[in-house]
Amino acid sequence: MLAFPPPQNHRRNTLKRQPRLNRMSGMSRVHRTQRSPRTRRPSRTLTAAIATFAAVGLIAAGCGSDDDSPSAEDAISTYARGVRASYEASLATARVMDAAIDAFLADPSPETLNTAKQTWLAAREDYGPTEAFRFYDGPIEEVEGLLNAWPLDEAYIDYVEGAPDAGIINDPSTYPTINADLLTSLNEEGGEENVSTGWHAIEFLLWGQDLSASGPGNRPYSDYTSRSNADRRSQYLRVASDLLIAHLQQVSNEWAPDASNYRASFLQRSNSEALNNIITGIGELSRGELAGERMNVAYSERSQEDEHSCFSDNTTRDIVGNARGIQMVLTANYPGGVTGTSILDLVREEDSALAARLNSEVAASVTTVSQIPGPFDQHLRDGVPDSDPGRRAVLAGIESLEDQTDTIVSAATALGVTINVT
Amino acid sequence: MLKIAASAKGLGAAAALAATALLAASACTSCSGASSLAVPPADLGGDTTRRDATNNAFGLASPKLSNEERRKFEVGDSFFTQNWVTAPASTEARDGLGPTFNAQSCSSCHIHDGRGAPPDPTGEEARLGLLMRLSVPGEHPTTGAPLADPNYGTQLQDRSVLGVPAEGDLTVSYTPVPGQYADGETFELRDPIYEIVDLAFGPLADDIQTSPRLAPQIIGAGLLEAVPEETILALADPDDADGDGISGRANYVWDARAATMSLGRFGWKANVATVEQQIAGAFHGDIGITSALAPRENCPEAQASCAAAPNGGSPELSDSKLDSVTFYNRTLAVPAMRNPEDRAVRKGYEIFGEIGCAACHTPALQTGPSDIATLSHQTIHPYTDLLLHDMGEGLADNRPDFAASGSEWRTPPLWGLGLIEEVSGHRFLLHDGRARTIEEAILWHGGEAETAKEAFRSLSSDERKDLLAFLEAL
Repeated sequence: MLAFPPPQNHRRNTLKRQPRLNRMSGMSRVHRTQRSPRTRRPSRTLTAAIATFAAVGLIAAGCGSDDDSPSAEDAISTYARGVRASYEASLATARVMDAAIDAFLADPSPETLNTAKQTWLAAREDYGPTEAFRFYDGPIEEVEGLLNAWPLDEAYIDYVEGAPDAGIINDPSTYPTINADLLTSLNEEGGEENVSTGWHAIEFLLWGQDLSASGPGNRPYSDYTSRSNADRRSQYLRVASDLLIAHLQQVSNEWAPDASNYRASFLQRSNSEALNNIITGIGELSRGELAGERMNVAYSERSQEDEHSCFSDNTTRDIVGNARGIQMVLTANYPGGVTGTSILDLVREEDSALAARLNSEVAASVTTVSQIPGPFDQHLRDGVPDSDPGRRAVLAGIESLEDQTDTIVSAATALGVTINVT
Repeated sequence: MLKIAASAKGLGAAAALAATALLAASACTSCSGASSLAVPPADLGGDTTRRDATNNAFGLASPKLSNEERRKFEVGDSFFTQNWVTAPASTEARDGLGPTFNAQSCSSCHIHDGRGAPPDPTGEEARLGLLMRLSVPGEHPTTGAPLADPNYGTQLQDRSVLGVPAEGDLTVSYTPVPGQYADGETFELRDPIYEIVDLAFGPLADDIQTSPRLAPQIIGAGLLEAVPEETILALADPDDADGDGISGRANYVWDARAATMSLGRFGWKANVATVEQQIAGAFHGDIGITSALAPRENCPEAQASCAAAPNGGSPELSDSKLDSVTFYNRTLAVPAMRNPEDRAVRKGYEIFGEIGCAACHTPALQTGPSDIATLSHQTIHPYTDLLLHDMGEGLADNRPDFAASGSEWRTPPLWGLGLIEEVSGHRFLLHDGRARTIEEAILWHGGEAETAKEAFRSLSSDERKDLLAFLEAL
């Protein structure tokens, strides 16, 4: 009788954010594919309407062009190859991190801890651009909440300033065994997630709280040797790292070639639906997520730790990674030298001036956000005037991303695809 | 364990109301010619309408916001959407969850800014969106608000941070209620029975009163707030002076900002005066987040570990954040109707007026001036009069809320009705989500709406389809 998909905190397929966590039902769900009945698809009505419209537009575009003109099919298949290459690149550096964490836990010392931290930072460089593949109910949304949840309920994990016995790590009577099943199941507690895994959980376990006015967190390595529950802390970190690898692997598998997976179904979509997905992803990342959530909210509210990588002070690099991801999708310059027909090539066919503007705007955005001095939280302190160079740099980045989003929407329109920006 | 059975007797027991031709003023445009059916207005939110029928249809900003307003919308969106976390936390702006709570964020229940769902009777699906109000008979001496249960307050919080017990748990089961249309087609409604179990602080008061409330979609709240009070009061007919069987009463509720009684507009019983207070109340009651309008942690005296838990600042939600979230809620745009020119939609629109739906679900209102320019002086089509109506015994919660009696409910807006399933993945309607379809929601109407309900029940199958086509297009 209740034949409806249950409500989900699912990231929406269009330009709007939702909580970072999908409601999960344990590991079994993690291994389900995108085609799980709990996954909602974009509106059929709308996409069908777009399909008709766009098909006409693209056919028209093809007429009168020579045979070398870029095809939407090529751009879409290039994208699929690029997504796979991007997740494989992310997986590779995440594995380096995982090995460094194992080495640290086998022999805790300031040096091995520092090495683990450096590998976390390096791995984030490859993960950041992959966020351009979100926001259209792709396979990343199945695990995004487990991979990249924010804000982190850190007192749910371990001790924090003012609460020395807080967290799962310090509660062996309630949680006698820390393993993958426990951490995954805690994400469904009460029907809603308690954040306990992912990049920022690992970050918190490596750096600890950022209690310094100017630098990152400074968790002592002795947390893993002599502090109470050191063994449980070690186990938590090991499991969180293993889970992160498993979740990344799961997403990458969905984009593997020649398999019965999400990529296969993605490539069967109409050109307009696939283009809608691709451009919606970068449009949402550009404005709602990056300019809005990650930069403007922190900028406007001046909450010093209201930034994504607050423990490691790596937020400026997160921002650059996201901006690079948008450029990567538009220009089809993916990791491992994967390239081919780009979205920009398609736009150029329709409107070369628009393509040129988009190309220069996304490049300018990468440059502009790269110039935001770190650490990001220094620009969020009370009393720092808006005329401060750091705050001006943040605002310039926000404005640049807002401008490029308008152009991204125009580019979609030029391709006959309507995307609704929040 | 406490069992609360909502009475289903009201379904058949109708007050015989004078059958009047209840043609809505706007539907009368169809009177100009029998063959020319009026086209319902598509831009339900006036100039603030957005065209989107995806699962993000309830999440878009009103058009024509300034850049500054857009950024305020984004900040509000962020604090509406992101989870709150246990205090103390590094993300100081976002800590202070609980100690007891129903949800970690606004969007946990208002998924995609949409509608929540009642608990799954099978217990298999975790669903958020239904809360249980609690009170004991009487009124607060200053505010006139319902009186709190001594150990549990005015709402059951079924979750809590580590180290603090949750108050209890809410489950629901349903009793089938069979019925039949005049043409012989059968239907089956479901009547909810709520159980409050696993109570952590002893039994509820002997004379406890309860009221389940579902999280509705938020769209257009700022437009409704901008409708002048005199417009709403002009629609009221508290003593049914015109003898149409429909009263329409204003609720007057405690306005914490103005420190006086004000016209209630929001909530299932029009029990809240402004969007800001609706939000401050929800942050406090549902998430455990204090604000200037609700500054004290929600920890009844019996709950010592709740009171002892760290908080996330005083208040946890700063004035500027409350302001931003309020702005966000006020400027969530209303999506346009789909296919208003379809013949079935036009025919259904006419039937909607003819059988009396439009008597309470007022088709058109005019906003007055607003501090948000884009909301000012708009002709809107919310299909509500924002007034209280006796809906009969079947829907009664028997828990008065300010001036609202135990059987009165505020006419809910119908805009967005046809998009609920796309946005929220379900279509649980009415104040507690007992209705699974629009038809079921109509069939639960009683009291002042008994005549209209009976008229619906007497429609032919084709006419019902037309009416549904109109409602689906909203």
